Amino acid sequence: MMGRLPIAKMLAATVALTAVISVVMLQIRWNGQEASTAAPKIDTLLDVMIVLSAFVFALVMVMLFYALWKFRAKPGDESDGEPIHGNTRLEVAWTLIPTIIVLFGAGYSWAVLNDIEETGDNPLTVDVFSQQFAWSFGYPGKGMAYSEGELHVPLDRQVEFKMHALDVIHSFWVPEWRIKKDNVPGITTTAKVTPDKVGTYELICTELCGFGHAAMRAKVVVEPPAEFRKWVAGLEEKVPPPYLETIRQDTETNPIPVGAGGA
Amino acid sequence: MVAAIKQPGWIRGFLGAALAAAFGVGLVVVLRDISGLPIWQTEQTGYPHVVVPLVTGPLGFLAGFGAFDYWLRWAAGMPTIPEDHSQHGAKSWRDYFRFNTDHKVIGIQYICTNFFFFFVSGLLALLIRAELAQPGTQIVDPSTFNGLFSTHAAIMIFVFIVPVFAGIANYVLPLMIGAPDMAFPRLNALSFWMLPIAGLMFVGSFLAPGGAFDAGWTGYAPLSTGAPLGQSFFNLGVQFAGASSIATALNFLVTIITMRAPGMTFWRMPLLVWANLSTSLLVVAATPFIAGAQFMVLFDRALGTQFFEFAGGGDVVSYQHIFWFYSHPAVYIMMLPGFGIISEVISTHARKPIFGYRLMALALIGIVVLSYSVWAHHMFVAGMFSWLRVPMMITTLLIAVPTGIKIFSWLGTLYFGKIHTYSTAMLFSLAFIVTFTIGGISGVMLGMVPIDIHVSDTYFIVAHIHFVLFGGSVFTIFAGIYHWFPKMTGRMYDEKLGRVHFWGTVIGTWGTFLPMHWIGMDGMPRRVADYAAQFGDWNLLISVFSFLLGAAQLVFLYNMIVSWRFGPRAEANPWRAKTIEWQVSSPPPIFNFDEIPRVVGGPYEFGVPGARHAIMAGEGAEVSEPEPAKVGST
Repeated sequence: MMGRLPIAKMLAATVALTAVISVVMLQIRWNGQEASTAAPKIDTLLDVMIVLSAFVFALVMVMLFYALWKFRAKPGDESDGEPIHGNTRLEVAWTLIPTIIVLFGAGYSWAVLNDIEETGDNPLTVDVFSQQFAWSFGYPGKGMAYSEGELHVPLDRQVEFKMHALDVIHSFWVPEWRIKKDNVPGITTTAKVTPDKVGTYELICTELCGFGHAAMRAKVVVEPPAEFRKWVAGLEEKVPPPYLETIRQDTETNPIPVGAGGA
Repeated sequence: MVAAIKQPGWIRGFLGAALAAAFGVGLVVVLRDISGLPIWQTEQTGYPHVVVPLVTGPLGFLAGFGAFDYWLRWAAGMPTIPEDHSQHGAKSWRDYFRFNTDHKVIGIQYICTNFFFFFVSGLLALLIRAELAQPGTQIVDPSTFNGLFSTHAAIMIFVFIVPVFAGIANYVLPLMIGAPDMAFPRLNALSFWMLPIAGLMFVGSFLAPGGAFDAGWTGYAPLSTGAPLGQSFFNLGVQFAGASSIATALNFLVTIITMRAPGMTFWRMPLLVWANLSTSLLVVAATPFIAGAQFMVLFDRALGTQFFEFAGGGDVVSYQHIFWFYSHPAVYIMMLPGFGIISEVISTHARKPIFGYRLMALALIGIVVLSYSVWAHHMFVAGMFSWLRVPMMITTLLIAVPTGIKIFSWLGTLYFGKIHTYSTAMLFSLAFIVTFTIGGISGVMLGMVPIDIHVSDTYFIVAHIHFVLFGGSVFTIFAGIYHWFPKMTGRMYDEKLGRVHFWGTVIGTWGTFLPMHWIGMDGMPRRVADYAAQFGDWNLLISVFSFLLGAAQLVFLYNMIVSWRFGPRAEANPWRAKTIEWQVSSPPPIFNFDEIPRVVGGPYEFGVPGARHAIMAGEGAEVSEPEPAKVGST
């Protein structure tokens, strides 16, 4: 059966279409600007996936449109097609090849994930406080240097965010950093990022949190360490009282011990 | 009047609803009074005076309408009224508004009700797109906006996509397996009548003080536990839709397992039957989880329990685990029956046996098994235990394998066939393969944790879900409606209008949902009433295409209504298909078959000399049983 198909030509068409789609798609900067060490790694993973996906899509299109062109019934032809019920080799092939592709993708993603979440030297811990519909940030100081609505971080140093929510779930997203983490009431969640480009960005809430959700933004400034230290030194030292309860817990990586009750 | 009150029907139904609702209010008043609580306190206590009647009222309606008459009489030891078969079938449109136990009537009741809600929910979607056409706030305030997309999704999922597949299968499946009806006809009718109740609750929530439920169709706690009254309408609507879904799934399971015609072994079942078997296995085991999740939210709201109240020791993230343990299998509940429809249509219009029939059936079972182990991929950034992410990523990516098998097998079915594209059903099936491949690819990308961290909760998700649910499920629904329209109505639809609908839908779908991938990756979060000005042009383009998509559906509506009324008469088997439902008249006789057919071969034996799928009444002895075709030969 396979012998009657122009397999070589179809493969050539698939490869050509893959190349065209890949070239066009790779021109586009899908994820926007890169401003953290994780961003290029995630974007490279995306690029690899775009090429693999282009291949799968091209294969399906070539198979579909070749069939539609070649095996379209002539007008008035009422006869049936050939009684082909299957082909074991082909069926094994399209079970195994996709399995290999997705397992490769899983392994690669796993490696990238470990890479971007690795703890660096001397990370700076910043507490993130979210509530309907505002962001605040706490920096280590004598007590806690506290900033409302504006996040500053030093360039080229890993920042570990400890996130706390007061009322409902919010989510911390700076697109240029490719980092996102929910702020969950009752637990502390963490995320790590190493900003590597000076600039002003926007922190966006991405978890629906009520009528003010769309407007729940904060200004993010990445600046050289000296300027950053000066900015922190100018902050008032305090912690907003309602958050004190939530700061004590850290339950993301391990279950609450039995008996602690989580309260 | 007295006779009308005694007879099951609308008058007794509304009377029952009023009495039961009054009983519910009375119960709250009495209980609060004897507990020494202020009787009419509402807002601080989760509105018990509304929530309790919302449970009792619909049950009273169902009782009055006649849904429980037979069972209650039997349980009370009274003489039961034998099924009055003159009530079967539908002679006029009025017959569709009765408690009818005929699976063909119920199937049409389902489909019409579901499409009514499809259009209601579609209008909500167009309101959303009108608001989003420009940055800033123009038409609705942010609270109303949150209500619009929440009700849009809830209605589309719970009262359109999930049940419309049950409706199509209700009509077609018993005919396909050579059964005179479903296994439990009264349960079947009860399942249907719970659906409009769910739909009306979702729509009715707009009338509640505080507006419609606005925590998204996902209803994440603690946003939902603290939301105004409308949220309770969602919690309860899901109970009715869920109960309907579970009862129907049990009905399908028993029907498929016990009522197949003699000779129809599992390996001779059409793939639509396999698909509904797999779907039903998912529904019966998974749906109780969403019912439970919504009850827990309701109890937190109305009874002061602390399941998800972090201040009282509850766990916020556990809501998401319970919710997604249903709601991920739910996407397969919304897709597998569509896979079945595509198999029927492509095989018939390519005049070819399904390529790799057994692997196709096994792929369905593979999806069922795997789909229970992927739910937490919705929670990669949710603050769950971080070690859970990689195992869930691997299972999520692996589920692409059985799905890929299905795509390639449909393509294989086309080869060396005689492909006819005159039917709109076939056009939608072919377009489905293309659109669904895109949705599958973006799904694999979303399954990868590092990519998901960036794009989750953005418009990329909106793009993906609409490519799989609109470009996937809804395309298969259209394929199914067009394919079996002649069988259900006895009329042919207009293929020219079908083509207009098809092209409008395809162009509208791609134009609306394709650009959403890009704006999501570039930084636009989902579920926002307002957005950064840089996305304005894309959003305007998306809105224009969404109105084209909406307009195309009006062509469909017109075509269906006019063709049902005035279309040319359909013959028994206009597509020259092999499965049993096409071997009886269009529409089929009241009891489907004068004599139960005898199944002697596979369902798709196109081009096999002398092969038969089934032997119908009256053609018995002279047809000899052919050798079954060897599977796997080329």
